[in-house]
Order: sequence, then C-alpha cells, then structure tokens
Amino acid sequence: MIDLVTPTWEYAPAPEARDLANIKPSYGLFIDGEFVDPRDGQVFKTVDPSSEEVLAEVATAGPADVDAAVRAAREAYDDTWSKLSGRERGKYVFRLARLMQERARELAVLESVDNGKPIKETRDVDVPLAAAHFFYHAGWADKLQWAGLGPDPKPLGVAGQVIPWNFPLLMLAWKVAPALACGNTVVLKPAETTPLTALRFAEICQQADLPSGVVNILTGAGETGAAVVGHDGIDKVAFTGSTAVGKQIQRQIAGTKKKVTLELGGKAANIIFDDAAMDQAVEGIVNGIFFNQGHVCCAGSRLLVQENVHDEVIDRLKRRLGTLRLGDPLDKNTDIGAINSSEQLERITSLVATGEQEGAESWQPDCVLPERGYWFRPTVFTKVEQTHTIAQEEIFGPVLSVLTFRTAEEAVQKANNTPYGLSAGVWTEKGSRILWMAQRLRAGVVWANTFNRFDPTSPFGGYKESGFGREGGRHGLAAYLQTGW
Amino acid sequence: MRLDVRKTYKLSIGGAFPRSESGRSYEVSDHKGGFLANFSQASRKDVRDAVVAARKAFPGWSGATAYNRGQVLYRVAEMLEGRRDQFVAEVGASEGLATRKASREVDAAIDRWVWYAGWSDKFAQVSGSSNPVSGAYFDFSVPEPTGVVAAIAPQESSLLGLISVVAPIIVSGNTCVIVASEQRPMPAITLSEVVTTSDVPGGVVNVLSGFTREMAPVLAAHLDVNAIDLAGAAPADVADLQAAAADNLKRVVTPRAEDWHVDPDPGRILAFTETKTVWHPMGV
Repeated sequence: MIDLVTPTWEYAPAPEARDLANIKPSYGLFIDGEFVDPRDGQVFKTVDPSSEEVLAEVATAGPADVDAAVRAAREAYDDTWSKLSGRERGKYVFRLARLMQERARELAVLESVDNGKPIKETRDVDVPLAAAHFFYHAGWADKLQWAGLGPDPKPLGVAGQVIPWNFPLLMLAWKVAPALACGNTVVLKPAETTPLTALRFAEICQQADLPSGVVNILTGAGETGAAVVGHDGIDKVAFTGSTAVGKQIQRQIAGTKKKVTLELGGKAANIIFDDAAMDQAVEGIVNGIFFNQGHVCCAGSRLLVQENVHDEVIDRLKRRLGTLRLGDPLDKNTDIGAINSSEQLERITSLVATGEQEGAESWQPDCVLPERGYWFRPTVFTKVEQTHTIAQEEIFGPVLSVLTFRTAEEAVQKANNTPYGLSAGVWTEKGSRILWMAQRLRAGVVWANTFNRFDPTSPFGGYKESGFGREGGRHGLAAYLQTGW
Repeated sequence: MRLDVRKTYKLSIGGAFPRSESGRSYEVSDHKGGFLANFSQASRKDVRDAVVAARKAFPGWSGATAYNRGQVLYRVAEMLEGRRDQFVAEVGASEGLATRKASREVDAAIDRWVWYAGWSDKFAQVSGSSNPVSGAYFDFSVPEPTGVVAAIAPQESSLLGLISVVAPIIVSGNTCVIVASEQRPMPAITLSEVVTTSDVPGGVVNVLSGFTREMAPVLAAHLDVNAIDLAGAAPADVADLQAAAADNLKRVVTPRAEDWHVDPDPGRILAFTETKTVWHPMGV
C-alpha cells in the first residue's frame, strides 16, 4: 500500500483591483439630474467595514433637500415622464440595465468595499441580479395593460423609497426598476452605511440621459428617510428594512392616501427531513444563513432538523464551516466578508451572548479574524428552545439556531411559530411532502431543496409581520400602479 | 287573531348564537323612528371571543378544496333565496325602502353572493403565475388566504354592502369577524343564521352587533387579526384605526365612495390574499 498523504493547499491571495471602485472624496445629493450640496451643509462619512477606513464624505439630506427632490420628481412626472409612451419609457429602463452590465465590475468592487460583502457575491449575485431587474421591468413598460391587473393601469406619481444596507444596489433595483417601468418618478434614500452604489447609479442615470428629476437620490440616516416617507408630495412609499421601522411607517402614513409596500424582517425556518440529500442540504444550510454574513431578511436563521439525523447534519455542517474562508471582501476566494457596521456587530455580539446566557450551546469554527474592521465568526447554536431569544428575534448576522422535530406536523408548527413570515426552506426527496409542507408554511417564499434564490420574474415578499406587497414578477407591478382594483 | 312569535336577535360566534357576555343590548329603530328590535351590544370580550373562533376555524376552511368552498358558498346563496321575503322585509324596514326597491337590493345581494362563490376555484388561476426564472428551477406563485380578517360592514347598505364585503373575504379561505351596521344590523344577524345553517363551518363568519366605535379599535389593534376592511368605519376614525392596525402590520382596506350596485372586480378578493412563491430545482 502506498501511503497517500493529502497535501494541504494554501490559498494564495487573489484580490480584485480596489482602484476600480474609483471613489471620490465627497458626494453631494442627486436632485433634478445634478449633484448638489445639501442646503444646510451637513455631511457624514461612509467607511469600509473591513478596514474601518473612511471611503468618502456624503451629504445628509435635510428637510429642504427632501422638499427639493420631491418637487423635482413631481415636475419630472408632470412634465416629461408621464407624457412619454410606455415604449419610450421602457427604452430608458433598458439603457439603465445595459449601463449597469457595462459597468458591472466597477459596481461589484464598489459594493464590496462599501458594504463589506465578498466580491464573489457582488460579482455573481448583487450586480447581475440588479441589472436583470432593470432588464425585466423595462419590457413591462409598454405591456402593463396585459399584466392582469385591470384593464387600464395608471402610475401612482412620485414614489418615496427607503432601502437597507444589506444589498444596496440590488434593493435599489428592486425599487427603482418597477417604479420607472410603471411610469412613476422616484426619490430614493439608500442606507446610511452604504450610499456609494446608489450615487454611482445616479451617474448611470446621467449617462443614460434619463430626464432630470425622474430619479433623485438622497443620502442620509433615518431622519432623512422619515422626511421622505412623510412628505406630502409622495404618492407611494416603498420600504425595505426592519419590522420596527415598518410599523412606524404604517403609523406615520395612516390617514393619508399614500400607497405602501413594506418588505421587513424574518426568522425563516430551514427544515431538513431525514431523507434529504445531505450534501445538498448542508450546502443549503450554509447558503441560507452564511450568505452575505447572514445580513439577509429571508435568511434561514432557524434550522429545524429531524431528530434522527440531527447529529449527522450538525457534524457535516461543522466540517463544512471549517472550510469557509473569512477575510478580505475583495479577495475572490473569500466566503465570509465583514459585518456591515460596528452597530450591527454590537447587535450580533449581544444577541449571541443572550443565546449563551439562556442555555443554548454555541460553536464557531476556528478561523482567524483580521485585526481591523468588523468581523464575526460563523456561529451555530444547538440545544435551542423555541422560547430562546435567538429562536425568536432576527439577528441579521452569521448565527444559526438549531432546533429539532419529529413529525412533519411539528415542523410546520415550529416553523410558523413566529410573528414573521418571509421565507422558509424544505429539504426532502419526497415530492408530495414538499408540496404538503409548502402549502402549510405561512411564508411568502418557500425554497424546496434550495435556498436564497432570487429572480426578477419571481414575486418576493412576506406574510404577517414580514410586511406586505410583493417585489418582482407580475405581482410586483401592482405596488406601482393604480389598478382600479 | 294569533299573536306572532318574535325573534331575539343575538350575536353569532363560532357557530353559536350567544347574547353579549356583557348582557348589554341596544334599541334599533326602523326608518320611521319606531321600535324595530333590541340587538345585542357586543363587548370587547365578545370581539376577542369572535377572533378566537375565527382563528380556530381558519385551518379547516382554508384547507378545504376550492371546489368545496365554492359549493358551500353556493349553498348559502340557495338559503338566501329561501329567506328572500324575510330579507326584503328586513332591508325595507332597516333602510326605509318600499318593497319593490328592497326586493331589488335583496336580488342584487343574492346574485352578488353567487358571483363571489364562483370565484373560489378561479381567482388563483387569475392571480397566480408560473415564473420563468433564469435557472433550472420550477417556480410558481399562488395566492393564499391572509388569515383572520375583520370587517366593519357598510353602515348604509345593510345587505348588499354587507355581502359585498363578507363574500370576497371568505371565498379564498379567510375566516372573519364582521361588525354589523350599527343602526341597521337586522339583515346581518339574519345572514349569520343563513351562513350557520349552510354547511359553512362554525367560526368562519362571526357577526357582532353593537357600537362600531367600541369594537373597531379592538379589532384594529388585535394581534391575531391579519387584515381589516374599514368599509363602514366613520371617516373621522379611519386614520386612528389605520395607525392601530400597524401594531402587527395588518393589511388594511380603507373606505372609499362605493356604489354597491356596480358590478365589482376581483380586487376585494385579492386584497385579502398573500402571494406565496415556491421554488424547486429541476434535474435528474
């Protein structure tokens, strides 16, 4: 017998070129087709979460800026955008899609640097999906009467859109593409910690010769968002973010004519039956909760494993997590990037501490964390009970809570035992069981033998306290149209 | 000369007909101001009991086949037809309509119910979709009932308006708690008797009479109610009810100027459904 020793292959660094991000020292607000300084001169800094280095100074939009942006959007709606035919409108949106594809590499690097997520995710997921979203919706612009939403759908007017930091450019695409295709103009506020790709998108709007005021980008924090949502000139509010803020928005606009869609938090169950294809299921678990550092509203943060395969699944999972590479987001081999902000890191750290205090058992792979920046090791909690905080609250980080079940009925009951209802996963080789489970899970998206898949044609959105309205597909158009229904 | 046997008008909760647990009642007049009947004045506790009954009925009703729900709802229309004369009298007394006009209201209401009953196995085909995603996945979207839906029934249109609100809620599999028109509750109570004797499982339709301003805020804020139709809410109360509904992110249908005689579209059905999207990989 020859003694075959498996060699250990070290990864050489494979960094993407950072200078492709091409970041300016400071950015103004994008109002009426131009970059302008904020009226009251307030600015804030956006940092690279993997190094804590300041990337750029960005303007804080105050009430006067919000007012100017809404007025620009209204004028653009009245004077140009609502007068264009659907065909012409669609061609502008096609241009945006193509420009995003042309500048895909630059956008991917910029997104990675500002957000902290691995370049392989921005390159292969965020940016291509964002461009695809524009491409899909562009084609709807002159076909809305055939969307099955009533015979004569009309745009709503000016949409106020507030988006989160976890998929900055992709969430912009989910908001802006259907709004424009349906004939609305927009005032969009990107998240405070990730404003740069939205500002780069503003430049793309300029390159596309999009009429001034059709897209306005206001950077700032929560106050700016609240001012956009509360502005009298807004006809439609679209928000993606936390359930707590979603409730505030619903209260804030009570009694107004504003139409609203809310895409909020989640605490998705990822359910593994004993007959599941185990290698795929383990990949699905990893993808479900460790994709994008777990900064995913539909993350599979509760793993429900059938009792008789619990130990096998956990062993395999731990082995797999030992191979994940955590580090420089711009390295093409990186699987786990940086946590987006120090605030989020604190929240994750504190919830993990709570999980330990309440009696769950935590495990982390043995990986080295970089010295600077915001990092958190992938974490698996076993012996979790339904009443534990980590089984109830959204952590929005790379933390998995493992629970067990015996019967399919019990799995359904546990999966639905949450105020949320955004997504769920089911892993089994039995087709009839998949459909039985899919029917009973109270969640807007059910991934069977897969997880965290997104597509512009596929409606996405929540049940219960995960919000209402859909984004994507024919259903998503309804959010931006007066259907008469 | 025979003395008629008068009816006691009660609530309808979980397939039973209780008086208000509070023991309260209130007097309802006919359109001329004369005494029509005493009605139960439901309390906050009655509201909560009705929500519990509706939640309990939800798995069974939403789990029934669409064909079955359609047949059950059609059965309701048959029973409505059987009680047609009673409804004509009650609508006439409640709304102050002469027999011919009241008959037209009742006919329209029964026909409206039949129209909605027929949607049970069709709305999913109209509002569902197969989604051509960019990858080897089968991906489809289906509408599902939202859950427990509260409805403030229209105050004026005591039967046609009521049915135009109730039928689209339950046809998709939701269960409901209905606040009857405060001053015109009689047709709603009779409808609850029809529903309860028409194979509709107990708890699917719960009907409460009483003071709208007492019940609506409880329903709007209730954490086990998933959606609310404010059709009959006073305009001055709508903003507060909408704000209360945010406590658990209820789906809210706000009142608008409605002519209940106009043929509806499926909008009210779809307002109380959720779109579920299911993905599965394709491969061998």
